[in-house]
Amino acid sequence: MAFVNLQNVTYKYPLTKTPVLQNINLQVNEGEFVAVMGPNGAGKSTLCYALAGFVPHFFKGEISGSIEVDGKKSSESTLDEWVLNVGLAFQNPFNQISGAKYTVFEEIAFGLENIGVPREEMKDRVDEAMSLTGISDLADRSPYSLSGGQQQRVALTSILVMRPRLLVLDEPTSQMDPIGTREVFGVVRKMAEEGMTVVMVEHKVEWIAHFADRVIALKEGRVFLEGKPNDVLTSDLLVENGFGISRYTSAAREAKKQGLWKKDKLPVTLFEAAEGFKP
Amino acid sequence: MKISINDLRFTYPAGVEALRGISLEINPGEQVAIVGQNGAGKTTLVRHFNGLLRPSSGSVWVGDWDTSKYSVAKLASRVGYVFQNPDEQLFSRDVLTEVAFGPKNLGYKKNKVDELVGCALALTELNDKTETNPYDLSPTWRKMVALASIIAMDTPIVIFDEPTTGQDAVNIARIANVIAEIKKEGKTVITITHDIDFCAENFERVIALSNGEVLLDGEAHDVLGREEILAKTYVDPPQLTRLGKALGLKETVINQEEFLNALK
Ligand SMILES: Nc1ncnc2c1ncn2[C@@H]1O[C@H](COP(=O)(O)OP(=O)(O)OP(=O)(O)O)[C@@H](O)[C@H]1O
Ligand SMILES: Nc1ncnc2c1ncn2[C@@H]1O[C@H](COP(=O)(O)OP(=O)(O)OP(=O)(O)O)[C@@H](O)[C@H]1O
Ligand SMILES: [Mg+2]
Ligand SMILES: [Mg+2]
Repeated sequence: MAFVNLQNVTYKYPLTKTPVLQNINLQVNEGEFVAVMGPNGAGKSTLCYALAGFVPHFFKGEISGSIEVDGKKSSESTLDEWVLNVGLAFQNPFNQISGAKYTVFEEIAFGLENIGVPREEMKDRVDEAMSLTGISDLADRSPYSLSGGQQQRVALTSILVMRPRLLVLDEPTSQMDPIGTREVFGVVRKMAEEGMTVVMVEHKVEWIAHFADRVIALKEGRVFLEGKPNDVLTSDLLVENGFGISRYTSAAREAKKQGLWKKDKLPVTLFEAAEGFKP
Repeated sequence: MKISINDLRFTYPAGVEALRGISLEINPGEQVAIVGQNGAGKTTLVRHFNGLLRPSSGSVWVGDWDTSKYSVAKLASRVGYVFQNPDEQLFSRDVLTEVAFGPKNLGYKKNKVDELVGCALALTELNDKTETNPYDLSPTWRKMVALASIIAMDTPIVIFDEPTTGQDAVNIARIANVIAEIKKEGKTVITITHDIDFCAENFERVIALSNGEVLLDGEAHDVLGREEILAKTYVDPPQLTRLGKALGLKETVINQEEFLNALK
């Protein structure tokens, strides 16, 4: 039985005329790292909200089908119960700072404090999480006086520190520097290996290919393609449907037309591209 | 219009030394990308160009104006700045009012305002959203509104702070097109970005900042090929530059055309 199980989920916000998610079926195993990609407005954030219980509990609207995490149905839980298992990092990190705390350390400890984690353990967990995301030296700073990427790291850290069983990340690296982005993917990969289940919305194809187990490509509220990163990310259907692809893939596709790429399969990663282009 | 930055230092009131002596000249009509790690000081730097921040020491000149002697409102006629977070920028009830606010405020005649707003909406493809409240749009479209409302001001210098964040391939192409159009008009475009492939494909000059200082500054090929130095500020070279290196190509290539030519 999959850890996350969405069956025929169709959902419409109170104000939208047509459904934003249409007949979504999605199973994710425990410890699996699934990346979700898609054009703007495809429904990626809405899918995150559905996994995190905000759809429909917070946003209301009309939903059909079923959403289960760890055998429990979202429709039979309250949002308060649900968030104990599922952590969501919002797409806009600027709105995620609680406003209740004076330092970055306290901001990250806030959630643990709320569930009554003892002081000592709390400190260890916060320190560990901050070092994972590279913000240890910001511990005493105000959570408001940070750069965009630093704020995003704080938002991400305050979710990671809770160690949710299902981690839902909505474009968690959108403000991050390139090497920091790669490191965050690495951290998420490691969390998955330790048993956390991860659903991560991302546009950065190269790192999806490197780190994720599976990719879901969403379009207009439906699952458009699904499968192993290398299969999905090299599909000819992506570009014409508004999806981004890696520069390796597009260069090889063009090179193929000119007889400079000889393999059947197109590359997504640097390694695959270098292998295929080697004389 | 030229920007001259002379030994610029800036320390935030809380004590963070964000800029530690920056000197740069940005010439009229240049297309400049600024890259560098989170917290390097990119946003802090460009906020000095339109007067949102004032130097702790050193100076920033925009044309013949010393920015420390001009108000933000005055500087708005020379420098347009699109915020990293659109929610700090947008305040109007609908998209049309938002986009028209800047040019109206600069005192342009109604005809000119209408023309500029029309162009900005067309370039960003917001024509079907003019009556929508920006806050009912998705964060990605809010960014496009923020962008439209600045380009409508028709300033000789335009600054984009992370314009491609969260945008899909179609919107990124739109933004690249906006930049190309502004360039044609002879304006200066300064763009902060973490998207190094986008940077390689759209900018002639790249400045890498690190810890409040200029780490590299030069022609895009020269800067983007320096893998080891860029790593100090957490930047990777573009994908095809890395591929070119892995294949042992002699020249630094930064985009697809150059890469394919080098293979032949
Ligand atoms: N709170 C809301 N009320 C009404 N409609 C909404 C709401 N949030 C999103 N929508 C609409 O639902 C659709 C899917 O939006 P969603 O934010 O899930 O897309 P996305 O794939 O995350 O897009 P992006 O890449 O822009 O973040 C869009 O048409 C959007 O306008
Ligand atoms: N309002 C503020 N008060 C105090 N310090 C600040 C403030 N804003 C930014 N800083 C600090 O100044 C330094 C430079 O920040 P800046 O926002 O310029 O970085 P950036 O290069 O734009 O980073 P990013 O890529 O994350 O957007 C950082 O150490 C940051 O924490
Ligand atoms: Mg979204
Ligand atoms: Mg910034």
